[in-house]
Amino acid sequence: MGKKLLLANDQVEGIRFFEAYRKNGGYASVEKAFKMTQADIVDEVKKSGLRGRGGAGFPTGLKWSFLAKPEGVPRYLVCNADESEPGTFKDRYLMEYIPHLLIEGLIVSSFALGSNRTYIYIRGEYAWIVDILEHAITEAEQNGFLGDNILGTGFNCRIYVQRGGGAYICGEETALLESLEGKRGNPRIKPPFPAVKGLWDCPTVVNNVETLAAIVPIINMGGDEYAKIGVGKSTGTKLISACGNINKPGIYEIDMTISVEEFLYSDEYCGGIANGKRLKACIPGGSSVPILPANLLLTTAKGEPRMMNYESLADGGFASGSMMGSGGFIVLDEDQCIVRHTMSLARFYHHESCGQCSPCREGTGWMKRILHNIEYGKGKMSDIDLLWDVQRKIEGNTICPLGDAAAWPVAAAIRHFRDEFEWHVSNPEEAQQRNYGLAGYAEPRAVLV
Amino acid sequence: MALQFSEKKREEVASIIKRYPDGKQKSALLPVLHLAQEEFGGWLDVPVMDYVAEILNITPIEVYEVATFYSMYNMKPVGKYLFEVCQTGPCMLNGSDDIIEYIKTKLGIKIGETTSDGMFTLKAVECLGACGYAPMMQLGKTYREHLNPEKVDGIIEQCRTISATNN
Ligand SMILES: Cc1cc2nc3c(=O)[nH]c(=O)nc-3n(C[C@H](O)[C@H](O)[C@H](O)COP(=O)(O)O)c2cc1C
Ligand code: SF4
Ligand code: FES
Repeated sequence: MGKKLLLANDQVEGIRFFEAYRKNGGYASVEKAFKMTQADIVDEVKKSGLRGRGGAGFPTGLKWSFLAKPEGVPRYLVCNADESEPGTFKDRYLMEYIPHLLIEGLIVSSFALGSNRTYIYIRGEYAWIVDILEHAITEAEQNGFLGDNILGTGFNCRIYVQRGGGAYICGEETALLESLEGKRGNPRIKPPFPAVKGLWDCPTVVNNVETLAAIVPIINMGGDEYAKIGVGKSTGTKLISACGNINKPGIYEIDMTISVEEFLYSDEYCGGIANGKRLKACIPGGSSVPILPANLLLTTAKGEPRMMNYESLADGGFASGSMMGSGGFIVLDEDQCIVRHTMSLARFYHHESCGQCSPCREGTGWMKRILHNIEYGKGKMSDIDLLWDVQRKIEGNTICPLGDAAAWPVAAAIRHFRDEFEWHVSNPEEAQQRNYGLAGYAEPRAVLV
Repeated sequence: MALQFSEKKREEVASIIKRYPDGKQKSALLPVLHLAQEEFGGWLDVPVMDYVAEILNITPIEVYEVATFYSMYNMKPVGKYLFEVCQTGPCMLNGSDDIIEYIKTKLGIKIGETTSDGMFTLKAVECLGACGYAPMMQLGKTYREHLNPEKVDGIIEQCRTISATNN
């Protein structure tokens, strides 16, 4: 059993409500933090080595230290609860089952950053979770942890939940701020960064739900202790949402010292591939990160076991590695079609492109149409190179990273599964009848445990 | 004319506007559009959007451009029950294609259509953050997960019963 910091109490009866949460040590970090200076809190977060859990993995303490503090200008903390990256459903779990953990993290973080109005921007589809969060906020207010002059410190803070309208792009932090201002979710050109010019042009920090929840154990145990969990620059624990063709889909808190093989096959986590099938491929960090075939998932190109942490998942770069991303672990068994799956993701990115930059707007549509043709038996061999070319022209040429996020899955699918694309083109009729299967791909290693 | 929120909804709008600093009431647009859609028949007709513009003191175009950007706002009428089935990769791995086909056959409609009695609309949507509980759909404010044909039948029955008792 790995160490649990966020989900230690998720099975406690009534933990969704203040009373049980408080009885189990809840809100202790607020009491502790309010006796510290703001700079000391930021220091603890720096020492913890916590990296943003929204996908980019940027060091949280460093981000906080960039926040501009001009006199007389309000500063804002905004919690990113837009969670729309395919394969990712961890923030939902935290908010739905232990809402007070997020609220507690938000109070400490708001205090550290000097935010008197803090917003949780939640994807509009999580409508029932809005009610859960608002209830938790009300309970925190009634118990003196939110509102005016919290715990007699003179610090005022209110937390508001803002419901989005259904748009993946609003997870991108500047699009989120636009949306929170009541506009279309068009990402802004950076710089200026939100730390200088964010919500209503004021200095703003945007952090993911899980990042802000992790502030609670960091303050409780101290940054140094937190940093001892994990390995290297992958400190602390990480929530992984596992889905696809596995026996036990769900949310797992891991300390980042376990191997991918253990995560995938042991009964404590995914419990192996469903229906006795074999592993074909996996997208280990949400739909935007490169897909890996079975052999490269379990071992790096150097032949070392691949571990569930930021560095190891990225080992080999895009040639043979992937990324931790948002922690959305998507498993494909031997019956899955890579072309069809890639087509589905291309459709997603085309649908979600805000349309501001032509490489992204046009390129995602082009990729979707080419993949559709290949999938439905109308593809040409040259389409595969064309697809490669289109994704190359999107990557790095857009305002926000959605362009890259759309390009990478396509690139990785062609890089590792080109033979399957070619088979689709050469055998259009057969490809309608059956799947390519494992065919030429390396088999997974002998199953552990 | 005479479009107006109920007393209760007007209070809600007022409290939403208070979440933001003075003069930033435009921020209330997305939440208020959700309220308007709930109140005025499940979609946003032009007079509804104009009414929202008026109460937030912004121009109608500011409302249109937002309403058309986000997928949750319906720009045309929908059935009483909107089935929004996720079709993205992770759900596809667990049979969302089959569930969508099943609903199409069962209700006799294509994606984007409404049954002739105005009861059901079927939409195929992108990842809803329930990938581990696939296949799934959104129905009103809730998610229906681990779908299979029997569950879909049950949901349709349930909707019909609720609708019949409410009439
Ligand atoms: C297209 C796109 C979608 C994103 N979606 C999310 C999201 O749903 N949730 C999230 O926390 N971060 C998302 N991000 C990352 C945010 O821009 C931002 O980096 C993050 O919220 C910062 O928080 P963190 O440092 O705590 O991770 C997305 C980024 C992009 C480019
Ligand atoms: S990359 Fe795509 S989503 Fe991002 S700003 Fe450009 S068009 Fe919009
Ligand atoms: S892919 Fe269907 S809910 Fe995520």
